[in-house]
Amino acid sequence: MTKIPHQILKEAYKAGVESDEKTRSGTFMHIDQSTLYSKINDAYKDKIEIMDTKEALHKHPWLEDYRWKLIDEDKDEFTKKVANEFSGGYFIRILPNIEVILPLQSCLMITKNNLEQRVHNIIIAEEGSKAHLITSCIQHPLIESSTHIGISEFYIEKGAKLNFTMIHNWKEKTLVRPRSAAIIEDYGEFVSNYLCLRPVRDSQMYPTALCNGKYSKASFNTILFGQRQSLVDVGSKAILNGKGSRTEMVSRAIARKGSKIYVRGRIEGNHQESKGHLECKGLLLDSESYIHAIPELVARKEGAELSHEAAVGRISEKEITYLMTRRLNEEEAVSMIIRGFMDTSIMGLPKDLNKEINRIIDLTAEAH
Amino acid sequence: MNLLEIENLQVKVKDQTILKDINLTLRGEEVYVLFGPNGSGKTTLINAIIGIPSQKVSGKIKFMGEDITKKTVDERAKLGISVGFQNPPEIAGIKLADVLKLCLNKSPKDEFSNEEKQQIKAFNLTGFLNRDFNVDFSGGERKRAEILQMMFLKSKLLILDEPDSGVDIESLKLVGHEIQRYIEETKSSALIVTHQGGILEFLDAKHACVLLESKIHCFPEPKKILKTLKTKGYKECIECQERVTEGW
Repeated sequence: MTKIPHQILKEAYKAGVESDEKTRSGTFMHIDQSTLYSKINDAYKDKIEIMDTKEALHKHPWLEDYRWKLIDEDKDEFTKKVANEFSGGYFIRILPNIEVILPLQSCLMITKNNLEQRVHNIIIAEEGSKAHLITSCIQHPLIESSTHIGISEFYIEKGAKLNFTMIHNWKEKTLVRPRSAAIIEDYGEFVSNYLCLRPVRDSQMYPTALCNGKYSKASFNTILFGQRQSLVDVGSKAILNGKGSRTEMVSRAIARKGSKIYVRGRIEGNHQESKGHLECKGLLLDSESYIHAIPELVARKEGAELSHEAAVGRISEKEITYLMTRRLNEEEAVSMIIRGFMDTSIMGLPKDLNKEINRIIDLTAEAH
Repeated sequence: MNLLEIENLQVKVKDQTILKDINLTLRGEEVYVLFGPNGSGKTTLINAIIGIPSQKVSGKIKFMGEDITKKTVDERAKLGISVGFQNPPEIAGIKLADVLKLCLNKSPKDEFSNEEKQQIKAFNLTGFLNRDFNVDFSGGERKRAEILQMMFLKSKLLILDEPDSGVDIESLKLVGHEIQRYIEETKSSALIVTHQGGILEFLDAKHACVLLESKIHCFPEPKKILKTLKTKGYKECIECQERVTEGW
């Protein structure tokens, strides 16, 4: 990674990219419209694959069976654009029964003004494999405006487990349209963590997990920090088709400085032995901002157990005063409450990765 | 110099006068008990002393000779006033350990010293350090956590709001003994606000007063008052006891 320009690495680091590759099992970087870097840690040669999607389609003709299979390419204007033309993206494959202890990392960055980045990512966790993937999506701070459209298709095969963490670092004029879906087979587990802590002009996404397998499981954890007129519309959807399939969704949204946040969630219980729970908490820091929680539960079979809890409100004066009696000033007390609200222990991350995520949250807290 | 002086204090909450013409002096290095029936304004008085902003206060509050009437909650805490709340909040995402470190003036990354660990253990809270603050804590656990924080804050004046309500007898005993020990060792003072007076079994208090109908009535012997209160109730207590009009 030493050949990558310093200004790019610096921004990548702020969004969770680790330059010490000994602590990552694989690294992928796609800047603007080309893949700049893709490498596997020696310890994981022949155990995982990580490369540009276009290269992977060329190398593995069978990959066509995985492309546009979970997402309809005619779904909307954004999927149509990517179907028409895309610059690559990452293809990650974890081979059967491989347990990847070190996290995989990928970075998608925009460094050119008014660029529309279109990527298509395909991730396959083969039977019995286990891995963590952290993806950082960044608009370089030196540019004003850009668009990011990312298609991601996740295949979690029998007994596989994938923990996917996505961090977005955009700017006030970025338009963001990710389109993601995952399919989870028997006993498979998919954990999707999403953090959006920086301003963005307009971000809308509604990733879907299809829990088709027996005892398959999908978890969604979302932390949103809306600020400076940001419009953030983020949902999580789980379709529980398999026997014993289940989902848990947890989201935390903080809105300030005129931001608008929509937090959606939808669980569909299509099997009599399916189970799902959705928890959404919103913290409003001023009266110019707005949080709208929209939890939806759809049961189609008797016996499906679906529940939700949602609470949206202003920061508690009682909590602030309490911490002030412990000698924090008002501003420090508010920061501590906000920091606690963005508690990442909900995400089930390995210790090191959790530390990494906390570093990013601390950066956010410090900056404001 | 007196520790705390309250002069002609009047407190309004949402345009309603809760306290008027309160005068109270704590000389210091003692345990003081403030009795009062429910709704008499005990918590309002505490809130006025610690500086809760939602109350409208007139009159004067002096702490160690300094006028603190206009000071904020954290400024008063830094001067040496701490409070153990009757109903402390639950704060999700903030661990008990985080709050204890605040009280010790440590950063979140600092470790507890061995002595501090011993004290946490003595309060039976070791297993709660990494749990969300007060979330799913029992009444006794919350009370122990409140009092331990006060030990760590090392304040000159400890104000305890109903330390004996909603708490098991073992916790009450522990809390009472620990406060007593702290007061003696550090030559600090405590103002204990109580309705039932249960904590007096485990604490040696020398002065008591009763807050009734917006007035403070002072008496020399807490245990005697408690006895009268238990048998005859508040109204009669005021009628029959010999009052100290000038305060303590």
